[in-house]
Amino acid sequence: MKRIITLTVLNRPGVLNRITNLFSKRNYNIESISVGETEQEGVSRITCVVNVDNDRIIEQITKQLNKQIDVLKVADISEQAVVARELALIKVQSTPQNRNEIYSLIEPFRASVIDVGKDSLIIQITGESDKIEAFIELIKPYGIKELARTGTTAFPRSSQRSTQKTNYSIV
Amino acid sequence: MLQETAFTNVEAEKKTVTGADLLIEALKKEKVEVIFGYPGGAVLPIYDKIYDCDILHVLPRHEQGGIHAAEGYARISGKAGVVIATSGPGATNIVTGLADAMMDSLPLVVFTGQVATGVIGTDAFQEADILGITTPITKYNCQVRNIEDIPRIIKEAFHIATTGRPGPVLIDFPKDIAAGLVEQPTEAEIDLPGYQPTIEPNYLQIRKLTEAVSGAKKPVILAGAGILFSKGSELLLEYAEQQNIPVVHTLLGLGGFPADHPLFMGLGGMHGCYTANMALSECDLLINIGARFDDRLTGNLKHFAPKATVAHIDIDPAEIGKNVPTAIPVVGDAKVALNMLVKQNGKPPENSEWIETLNEWRKENPYWYEDSNSPLKPQRVTEMLYEKTNGEGIVVTDVGQHQMWAAQYYPFKNPDRWVTSGGLGTMGFGLPAAIGAQIADPSATVVAILGDAGFQMSTQELAVIRELNLPIKIAIFNNRSLGMVRQWQQIFYEERYSHSKIPSQPSFVKLADAYGIKAYEITSESEAEKVLAEVMNDNEPVLLDFRVAENENVYPMIAPGKGSHEMVGVKKK
Repeated sequence: MKRIITLTVLNRPGVLNRITNLFSKRNYNIESISVGETEQEGVSRITCVVNVDNDRIIEQITKQLNKQIDVLKVADISEQAVVARELALIKVQSTPQNRNEIYSLIEPFRASVIDVGKDSLIIQITGESDKIEAFIELIKPYGIKELARTGTTAFPRSSQRSTQKTNYSIV
Repeated sequence: MLQETAFTNVEAEKKTVTGADLLIEALKKEKVEVIFGYPGGAVLPIYDKIYDCDILHVLPRHEQGGIHAAEGYARISGKAGVVIATSGPGATNIVTGLADAMMDSLPLVVFTGQVATGVIGTDAFQEADILGITTPITKYNCQVRNIEDIPRIIKEAFHIATTGRPGPVLIDFPKDIAAGLVEQPTEAEIDLPGYQPTIEPNYLQIRKLTEAVSGAKKPVILAGAGILFSKGSELLLEYAEQQNIPVVHTLLGLGGFPADHPLFMGLGGMHGCYTANMALSECDLLINIGARFDDRLTGNLKHFAPKATVAHIDIDPAEIGKNVPTAIPVVGDAKVALNMLVKQNGKPPENSEWIETLNEWRKENPYWYEDSNSPLKPQRVTEMLYEKTNGEGIVVTDVGQHQMWAAQYYPFKNPDRWVTSGGLGTMGFGLPAAIGAQIADPSATVVAILGDAGFQMSTQELAVIRELNLPIKIAIFNNRSLGMVRQWQQIFYEERYSHSKIPSQPSFVKLADAYGIKAYEITSESEAEKVLAEVMNDNEPVLLDFRVAENENVYPMIAPGKGSHEMVGVKKK
């Protein structure tokens, strides 16, 4: 199952190396990882999407991450209501003949064309990973020349629905 | 206005110092007694300051020996072992020691030289990315980028290494940082917002554990090295006696509970005793205090403590539930937790039947071997070493059969007398670790029990023993083979002894002689009696080459993949 873990870390040299190293050392699989600065100077936020078999592994991952000296906070937000976004840039083959057709696909996904070439378009799409995947599937037949995805970054929503059960460990 | 004046006065007193000065100053502030270090190009500025420094500096003959010595020192003294190595090969030579210390939670503060900041990343002479290499095997590591940061970084390093679950910390020191000048910085403050180990356990969990103990019929305490790190031995004794709970030790926990105590059920694990492993297997409440359920202890997890409710006291929350599902997690320092448990003064369990069963097992299934005067039996040699040291010596081992015999036949009465490489199982560890142990406790009788193969992995450190005249008793259990490998090949690989026999060996007596160390070759029990009586109280190093039986096996044994109740080589009395 897919889990989203967010970390706030001190932005010291080698911190990202320590985090990714931990995943490979413990044989955990990262699906995506995105890193960037936060509102606080010297503090970065890392969002990892991991694929794990059971809850015990995710508990181990969060505990091991928490143990790192430069890690300030770790949260597994998968069980919460979250806003999760990913950005993808897709360079797709297009001729003047099918350009309109592609545009009609883009619209319902609220994607946008950010560059137009002689025989290709660059499409930018943001949203949850599922949506991006659906869009990629749809656009594939036209011929994807290049694809770049940022990986998910996520926040828990400000108001959590009370029915949502939260999973936490007492240790 | 007042403040401003004060500030100006401080400014006026400031003097200029080098990074290396700040390093030495910080070490003095941490009350470092000994540095295990090896000089080289990148650490020349540091060594120039060590030249005038009154901290004892020990020069190992290989960096790996230096870091193992620091581990031995840390294990016995409870303080951080300090190591200095130069950049590149000096730094990579300490990698094994770092991994060893990480596995066994030993506090080390390690300084490596690094090429000057301007050439980092250019594959400069003796450059190695030691931060990249050591990230997975250090509790923390960092590189000094600003000279002003040195006092803070070093203070933090000692704090991280010695608090919480101890571990090795590495600080990479570029040459220009060590040599560079800076105005004397002001007092350093620790700035580690992400590091706050939990010392005091949750009261509710302590209550829960107390209730579980009261209701248990077959409780057992599994005590690990956490007892030793927290200096909780006395409280463990008090708690076990108060609640009448039998105690089993892990390999690294030995000495935490007095071995001659009626509640002590022995060593658990792959080569542990019948009683201890059966206690783990049959118990209904397993209280793990400061152990990490290592696979050599548990055997096959499917069969481990199948009937037990598991409680686990550990300062490292990540250890709880890692290998064994835990019903009562207690995060905190072992000593503090034990103190809380003792104060609870809960109703002791009704477990007289259980204790009776255990005592019966203990009586019926002791460790056993067939004694003979010649060939000399390694088990007997261990017993003799125990007798000659009144069970109060510091025992340091390498890794393999001799290590297991030492754990079985040297029942420790006191804590912090046992130095061994547990988690990583590092051959070559014993001899240098004995150096560190002897430096940490100069008045102790240090016995280094080594195999002939492991000894040859760090023979060069004999020079240090001679140079410092450390009265270490080096006992080599010489079976002319890699005994444990040979044992496994015998049992699991149809006696195909692939490269586990060592047909050609130097004369260890002559070798010791070359280093100026007295040595004896001993082939029989009577000879051993005679020599030991002669040398054990000497204030001189001595090397004893015990020619022991070559095909002796360590029993009992839990074969890999088997549960802890499936021991082989158990003999009924």
